[in-house]
Amino acid sequence: MTERRAILGWGLLPLALLALVAVVVARADLVDFLRRGAPPVEELTFDRVVLEPNRITVDVVNGGPDPVTVAQVLVDDAFWTFTIEPDATIPRLGKARIDIPYPWVQDEMHEVVLLSSTGLTFAHEIPVATATPKPDAEFFGIFALIGLYVGVIPVAIGLLWYPMLRRLERRWIDFALALTIGLLVFLGFDTLDEALESAASLAGAFQGVLLVVLGAFGALLGLQMLSGAKLATDGPPSRMAVSVLVAVGIGLHNLGEGLAIGAAYSLGEAALGAFLIIGFMLHNTTEGLGIVAPIAKDKPTIRSLVGLGLLAGAPTILGAWMGGMAYSPIFATLFLSLGAGAIAQVVLVLWKVLGQGAGGPVLNPLNAGGVLAGMLVMYGTGLLVA
Amino acid sequence: MMSQSSFSRRELIKRGAIGAAGLTVLGRALPAAQDEHVRDVHDPMMAGTVGRVADDGFDPMAFLEHFDGGTVSRLPNGQTLREYEIVAVDREIEVAPGVFYPAWTYDGHVPGPTIRATEGDRVRVRFVNGGSHPHTIHFHGIHAANMDGVFEPVGPGESFVYEFDAKPMGLHLYHCHAIPLKKHIAKGLYGTFIVDPKTPRPPAREMVMVLNGFDTNFDGENEIYAVNTVAFAYQHEPIRVVKNELQRIYMVNATEFDPINSMHLHGNFFQVYRTGTSLTPHEFTDTLMMCQGERHILEFSFEELGRFMFHAHQSEFAELGWMGVFDVVEPTT
Repeated sequence: MTERRAILGWGLLPLALLALVAVVVARADLVDFLRRGAPPVEELTFDRVVLEPNRITVDVVNGGPDPVTVAQVLVDDAFWTFTIEPDATIPRLGKARIDIPYPWVQDEMHEVVLLSSTGLTFAHEIPVATATPKPDAEFFGIFALIGLYVGVIPVAIGLLWYPMLRRLERRWIDFALALTIGLLVFLGFDTLDEALESAASLAGAFQGVLLVVLGAFGALLGLQMLSGAKLATDGPPSRMAVSVLVAVGIGLHNLGEGLAIGAAYSLGEAALGAFLIIGFMLHNTTEGLGIVAPIAKDKPTIRSLVGLGLLAGAPTILGAWMGGMAYSPIFATLFLSLGAGAIAQVVLVLWKVLGQGAGGPVLNPLNAGGVLAGMLVMYGTGLLVA
Repeated sequence: MMSQSSFSRRELIKRGAIGAAGLTVLGRALPAAQDEHVRDVHDPMMAGTVGRVADDGFDPMAFLEHFDGGTVSRLPNGQTLREYEIVAVDREIEVAPGVFYPAWTYDGHVPGPTIRATEGDRVRVRFVNGGSHPHTIHFHGIHAANMDGVFEPVGPGESFVYEFDAKPMGLHLYHCHAIPLKKHIAKGLYGTFIVDPKTPRPPAREMVMVLNGFDTNFDGENEIYAVNTVAFAYQHEPIRVVKNELQRIYMVNATEFDPINSMHLHGNFFQVYRTGTSLTPHEFTDTLMMCQGERHILEFSFEELGRFMFHAHQSEFAELGWMGVFDVVEPTT
């Protein structure tokens, strides 16, 4: 008992001292002294821009150390009438919504500039102006269709390799698993790249890159904990569980993909082209192959196959909805980094599955070739559509 | 909305797929720009700043018609002596509602005082530098080399007396000539120097308008343009003009960074006396181009009642603050 009390006491002492020091710093004018003469540091980040007919609404976040007062608003190099809620002075990590009644022009570029009370400017470019979709039935329909074509259908087509896979010799199934690892490594880096790109647009205070690290490791370790029970029991990991994990990982990747698609569409930058579609189908169809490779020697029901396909493909629809409705970059960053972490976890599990089957080294020439082939397929199909 | 970042190859793929996804079949979900706000949003008064500047010592309306003749006395030789004291002060000024600029000023405001003498007068200006950097006053006009305010920088806390005869007649300016020159002028050290002809110009309602700009974020470009410093000051509070009364504007271009500025008057034309050095007009126009440091006297009268805009004909400058309104009214009897 006394021992427990001692642990508690010694554990709390540093915290109490820390609180005391924090109070001293806050009460004494130490900060003012240290900052003497230094101008205020202002940092505003555009979080969301919504275009409606004759109206531009922007959400801004103060990611700097000092409050920022938005004194005036310029659109396309012209001072313009605006209202700001809840207050023109935005506290640290605070948000404000600025409403600008402005006759913007369809398909043209516009620039919104906020002029702070100290005369600093914060600019946001709207590359191609088009109305932000409203969440009505038509919107959900269009974006569901986008998700269907981009995510669900290619994955479903890929799943149709299952009957072929189950007829293959063991070593060729291993090759397919290795190929899956290659695909996933490629997708993982791609997702990470997009997460970092999105992180760059966040306010400094949100520590974009570290948010990516947190999200990725969070997904990796979280899934490891959740799946641990199923995979780590004696004997080989449940092959179905591995497939589910692959589907979850790909699903998170596709969620991120859906976000970017929805956002690109709401920017009005959707390009047309038949060969682009074909390339894209090829690119994503391989995801279906990856999902069924672990269960090649089992006899999954049609229902479970459909379930796996939806798990991997349907998040694209969800992502497209979110992206189309002008999502916040902080959530995009988080989702993308979760996807990267989930894929890394799946790669680890697949590696284990591959090792158990081989008996020899995991990376025998055939398997190594499989991993490489997986990456080459992804890169090649990517080139096809670039 | 996706941020401003450039699109990666993979996003390009996605966009291709989007196009493929049957969007063309469904068509674009964009309503035509038709709603009741259309008229509001195109109201000319929508363009401009929001709010009003606080009255903390600089009133653009008062400045407009204020001319400083100095302390007048007579020299033994019969010449009129006009004495002035001008103090350079660092001061934060409000250049648009809520937007503060750390200016260097003559007498605490930008532009500095409008100095007015008659040709042949003796002008004596005691300049005190109360600022934090060396400054001078460089008067345009004809004077001795050591009165030119170039080679005699006046350090903080120091003073200097400029003395010369007011000549030639016309509309001139003065500004700091300490280096770096562009910085010292852009920070606000300039003002108007009027030398009246010995035979006065005809009676008129007189105004001084200094075209200026402010680079509030110090990127070498003006964020704000104005007449007499405060963006849209004379749009928010139109200048009352009596119908058929002769108006005379002393217009000085003190804009930095942009080579030219201009003046356009609505619903009217004006006579231009270039540099004010002649009593016969050079031009009859409604749009006048002015280089940096150029200044002209404009004369006109309104025959019609109502609100008439005046602004730079560079639309960009106009929408960034160089915009005003004359409100023409009947004479009160």
